[in-house]
Amino acid sequence: MKILVPVKRVVDTNVKIRVKADGTGVDLANVKMSMNPFDEIAVEEALRLKEAGKATEVVVVSIGTDKSAETLRTGLAMGADRAILVKTDAASVEPLAVAKLLKAVIANEAPGLVILGKQAIDDDSNQTGQMLAALLGWPQATFASKVALGDSSVDVTREVDGGLETLRLKLPAIVTTDLRLNEPRYASLPNIMKAKKKPLDETSPETLGVDASPRLTVLKTVEPTGRTAGVKLGTVDELVAKLKQAGVL
Amino acid sequence: MATLILAEHDDAHLNEATAKTLTAALALGQPVDVLVAGQNAKAVADAAAQLTGVRSVLLADGESLANRRAEPLADLIVSLAGQYDAIVVPGTSTGKNVAPRVAALLDVMQISEITKVVSPDTFERPIYAGNAIETVQSSDKTRVITVRIAAFPAAAAGGNAPVETIAAPGDSGLSSFVGADLSVSDRPELASAKVIVSGGRALGSAEKFQEVIAPLADQLKAAIGASRAAVDSGYAPNDWQVGQTGKVVAPDLYIAIGISGAIQHLAGMKDSKVIVAINKDGDAPIFQVADYGLVDDLFTVVPALTKALAN
Ligand SMILES: Cc1cc2nc3c(=O)[nH]c(=O)nc-3n(C[C@H](O)[C@H](O)[C@H](O)COP(=O)(O)OP(=O)(O)OC[C@H]3O[C@@H](n4cnc5c(N)ncnc54)[C@H](O)[C@@H]3O)c2cc1C
Ligand SMILES: Nc1ncnc2c1ncn2[C@@H]1O[C@H](COP(=O)(O)O)[C@@H](O)[C@H]1O
Repeated sequence: MKILVPVKRVVDTNVKIRVKADGTGVDLANVKMSMNPFDEIAVEEALRLKEAGKATEVVVVSIGTDKSAETLRTGLAMGADRAILVKTDAASVEPLAVAKLLKAVIANEAPGLVILGKQAIDDDSNQTGQMLAALLGWPQATFASKVALGDSSVDVTREVDGGLETLRLKLPAIVTTDLRLNEPRYASLPNIMKAKKKPLDETSPETLGVDASPRLTVLKTVEPTGRTAGVKLGTVDELVAKLKQAGVL
Repeated sequence: MATLILAEHDDAHLNEATAKTLTAALALGQPVDVLVAGQNAKAVADAAAQLTGVRSVLLADGESLANRRAEPLADLIVSLAGQYDAIVVPGTSTGKNVAPRVAALLDVMQISEITKVVSPDTFERPIYAGNAIETVQSSDKTRVITVRIAAFPAAAAGGNAPVETIAAPGDSGLSSFVGADLSVSDRPELASAKVIVSGGRALGSAEKFQEVIAPLADQLKAAIGASRAAVDSGYAPNDWQVGQTGKVVAPDLYIAIGISGAIQHLAGMKDSKVIVAINKDGDAPIFQVADYGLVDDLFTVVPALTKALAN
């Protein structure tokens, strides 16, 4: 079985982002970019399924500018077999359009399982996997913390508000990853070298016949109203007194 | 036209997230209907009917809806969508799971986790773990929206809306429910608690976490939260995680104990009214958002605080 893993290039999770003063967005000039952390977990899960003999091929896909090729190379260096770049010039592509593009890629690739991240840490949308499942008419299991792949179905344990729940999905299916599914590997230097020779195909929304134009208009982007640091107190009794004063006890 | 909201519940009780979602939905300025989808969920529908501002409650009751799996639930919502120009869903794990499926089936772009209604087609929502706030305008015919629960007050009780029963959808059989392992607790729910006591990696073990955090939480009738590090290390269950990828909370009082204050954690609690930090490192970033801080060893300070509150 082939597993497809969509990966997004995002601002590295350790970067403290800055909002542009004129309200036009977040300043991404010279900022470190990485693979979305949930997507690293998705790649890792796919590789483990392949290593366990349950999958035959792992294909990573990214939608973005030529820079997204770097993110795909990271996936290849982790161990994915092939990569597909859906190249656009757009600064960002909305989840609905990403889902439509992925659907078109899936029509060519016919994977048995697609593993996505549960959310991209830049737009924090948490939509793409669910949308893709809807467009394909496939079952979905979001926020996965455990994946047990069988021949014609997959059992997925999900992190939900009250704890955990397990669903069984008929294949082909969509899974999105939560943080505790696994700990992604680092790519070794030899594997980074090998990844340079692995196939990376390029296509475009036009070739795939998908209209990727946005539906939402961002009117402005601002910094949240910040909190200011309060006071450090010397004793527990002072703290209790302050909390009483503040009316929260 | 009108707005449809999805009720959050467990077939027995209406969750407060519903009343908060209702507040956001009413700000769109149209009549609001509430969809209760479940199995044997009549009591939930009756409770929803009492929320002020509800026009009517639609009760879809059947086996396919028992665990609110995304496939039948999305089909149900889509079958009703023609009568509504906005579908507003709580940003709970159930809501986040189903709403994008509905949006894609309607060919519209969802607006995730709104924190403010600016106008019926324009909303504020946090991005980058809450480090930026975006104002977005939708051009879609139907708006599918999820609501950041902590950002809206609960609508009051006092209404008396009619409850109409509608057919439950069939089941495509694409997915099935295997089982659940849900935490049972007498404590208030994290998402709606007025006071939260939260523990981090510094607690060091599940036993110490219980031994130090629970008595303080008992004393304050508080819910218990945790950092990701505490959950990953197995000190606390996953549904206690507060943060960008856990629960977003805004209680009156949030006490962060042995938590450094990574941006991903702050994303989940920095809108709390009063924040207290207890950390032995005076430079920990948590102090930049804390109203009151104690720079000290938690293993001495927290028991002392628990004792002081008992007196
Ligand atoms: C994609 C992504 C998503 C994430 N989502 C979340 C999320 O939703 N929620 C979340 O919390 N994190 C999240 N994280 C993780 C986050 O970056 C931090 O790693 C995590 O919050 C750290 O937890 P901590 O503060 O408990 O641990 P540490 O950072 O290890 O902090 C422990 C603190 O305890 C203090 N301490 C130690 N001993 C004592 C003592 N005896 N007395 C008093 N203080 C003591 C130390 O000074 C230190 O400040 C996410 C990370 C990523 C990459
Ligand atoms: N531009 C993209 N290219 C590839 N995958 C993407 C892209 N955008 C989103 N995804 C996938 O969808 C998941 C959820 O993203 P989002 O819905 O934007 O929060 C991500 O973790 C990725 O797996």
